[in-house]
Amino acid sequence: MGYRSVALSYDPCVAEQELIMKAAIWCAPYKVKVENVPDPKILNRRDAIVRLTSTCICGSDLHLVDGFIPFMKPGDILGHEPMGIVEEVGPDVDKNKLKVGDRVIVPFPIACGECFFCRRQLYSCCDNTNPKAYLAEQAFGETLAGVFGYSHLTGGYAGGQAEFLRVPLADMNCQKMPGDLHDHQIVFLSDIYPTGYMAAWHCNIQRDDTVAIWGCGPVGQFTIRCAMMLGAGKVVAIDNGRTAGYRLKMAADAGAITIDNRSEDVYERLMDLSGGIGPDICIDAVGMESHGHSAMETIYDKVKTNLMLESDRPAALRQAIECCRPGGTLSIPGVYGGLSDKIPMGALMNKGLTIKTGQTHVHRFVPELLDFVRQGKIDPSFVVTHRIPLSQAPYGYEIFREKRDGCVKVVLDPAA
Amino acid sequence: MTVIDQTSSQTATETRPGGGQPMAPPAQWQRPGREQEINVGQRERAVSVAAGSIVALLGLSRRSIPGALIASLGGAMIYRGATGRCPAYESLGVDTAHGEGGGRLQGRTERGIHIATAFTINRPPEELYGFWRNFENLPRIMTHLDSVKTLEGGRSHWVARMESMGGKRMEWDAEITRDEPNKLISWRSLPGADVENVGQVRFQPGLGDRGTEVHVEMDYMPPAGRLGHWIASLSGDNPKRVIREDLRNFKRLMEIGEILTIIGQPHGTCTGQGKPYTESRWKPLFT
Repeated sequence: MGYRSVALSYDPCVAEQELIMKAAIWCAPYKVKVENVPDPKILNRRDAIVRLTSTCICGSDLHLVDGFIPFMKPGDILGHEPMGIVEEVGPDVDKNKLKVGDRVIVPFPIACGECFFCRRQLYSCCDNTNPKAYLAEQAFGETLAGVFGYSHLTGGYAGGQAEFLRVPLADMNCQKMPGDLHDHQIVFLSDIYPTGYMAAWHCNIQRDDTVAIWGCGPVGQFTIRCAMMLGAGKVVAIDNGRTAGYRLKMAADAGAITIDNRSEDVYERLMDLSGGIGPDICIDAVGMESHGHSAMETIYDKVKTNLMLESDRPAALRQAIECCRPGGTLSIPGVYGGLSDKIPMGALMNKGLTIKTGQTHVHRFVPELLDFVRQGKIDPSFVVTHRIPLSQAPYGYEIFREKRDGCVKVVLDPAA
Repeated sequence: MTVIDQTSSQTATETRPGGGQPMAPPAQWQRPGREQEINVGQRERAVSVAAGSIVALLGLSRRSIPGALIASLGGAMIYRGATGRCPAYESLGVDTAHGEGGGRLQGRTERGIHIATAFTINRPPEELYGFWRNFENLPRIMTHLDSVKTLEGGRSHWVARMESMGGKRMEWDAEITRDEPNKLISWRSLPGADVENVGQVRFQPGLGDRGTEVHVEMDYMPPAGRLGHWIASLSGDNPKRVIREDLRNFKRLMEIGEILTIIGQPHGTCTGQGKPYTESRWKPLFT
């Protein structure tokens, strides 16, 4: 309990909440603050409280912070890539599966393990864990799993960019980790490593396949490495060489062929690299805040999103559809939140593309991916460029969004 | 199949295995011919005048063109309340005035609200029926219910609270009209109910290993007429949503043993000192 600090100023409203912790909260679009909030408490009987040792900023946090996903409330705690030590467990937590002192990572979707979807290992579709199911029902037609720190559309759960995190259905959602691996080698099992893996795994990669990946952010980096682990013949990484040249270099270091979409014609290069047939597998690891490939397209999407006639900017997705070879597979790990315009449905349909997408079913992949780390097939810590104290979270968001200081992945240290 | 219409329903159900036919609203609630001009019920007229006054004042206080439009809308609501004539109802063929005061559903011609919704729950029908049949369990899953007490002779006493009406307390007695173990329960409210309602829950084995399909159908009379229903819908007390959420709570409780909450978790205020998260169900639209 040594980490807990005592409130400096007495406030009658929080009289019972004298223990306070630091947390990164969302206040307004582009505005993140670090504030003192009450410590989390056990609210349901299968909850656990985890004292976090590492917690990360995810690319999808930027969509929230930038106001692209509505349903954020000022004061919501951000973050969904945490790991730490179990500090307290509720009375109904299965003691054989989880106990105080266990080192755990916490997958970003909250799964129940009992519903139709969980029994089919579609954990991110769990329909029991979102307390605000009616919001998701209105937006998507059916609810999805609750997610930590990911707006009220996914339940409004307090997020993991804090000193402590309450985990519901803890024996299901805390994944035990061995003690001999460094935090940076396992923390990404909570989101981006399984996300990159699922994006590639979805595509049933063959040895003679050319895989093209749009976006060299953290998820793109993992997708590149996982596509290679799964035996792809050729991996091509696409990003903007002016703003993200260092990310293209990181992709090249992993063995990918890189395309700078600012100075090269992506379609021509991909055709050339695939012997004129087009890439067999196209993966959009960019998502809804994509920057257009031509000035016209960028302006079109900016105007429409600002007028609220369109909520997403799907430039990478459009290009992926156009480039993919007939009968190929399109995998979309990038996050989209609402409506997208000018999707080339003609190309999609006539070329007979297969689409694979979804929020990651993290729980399903954790044991397998942990084994890969233990076997030395991959060392996920390659992606970390910054480890900064939690109190500097706003700075972390800024360098990550602006791609400053060679930033690929920011890990926050709640104890610093 | 009409739930109320018990005598004629039995044979009909037997010819339809599982009773899969959607439930039609009771025939007695249908509108008779349109002979008179007054087509708004008494209680709804009162609500209309009150709500119209508020809307008109809101509009006038804006001192702008949209404000004037809002004020005229309020004026129209006051007019329909004061005169009992609603051109919109007339054009839609709705009549909430006639037959009021009969007390029983059977004696009324006002149209009720019909709700039908379904969930598949990964548990055997016996378990689900067992939980539901003990009505005293229902406040655990139904957010608007304060308590249910089982009385003698298949009767029960229900107490509910509507947040959108300032936490107004509503009570009624109900009786079971049909009870087929592990398959079906039908009920209806007894005379003198604050909210008259009839309803039915069916437990039907799902395909393969998909557990049990739970189908709930209800007809009820909104206490403040259709306008009151509309206002309740705006405020988040939309009955269809409420029933769906309650049924989802049923699924959560049966499948995982608890209903997850976020009330009481840490939350920031953006002023420097956070506090535990709270949430009121009553969220006015214009704030």
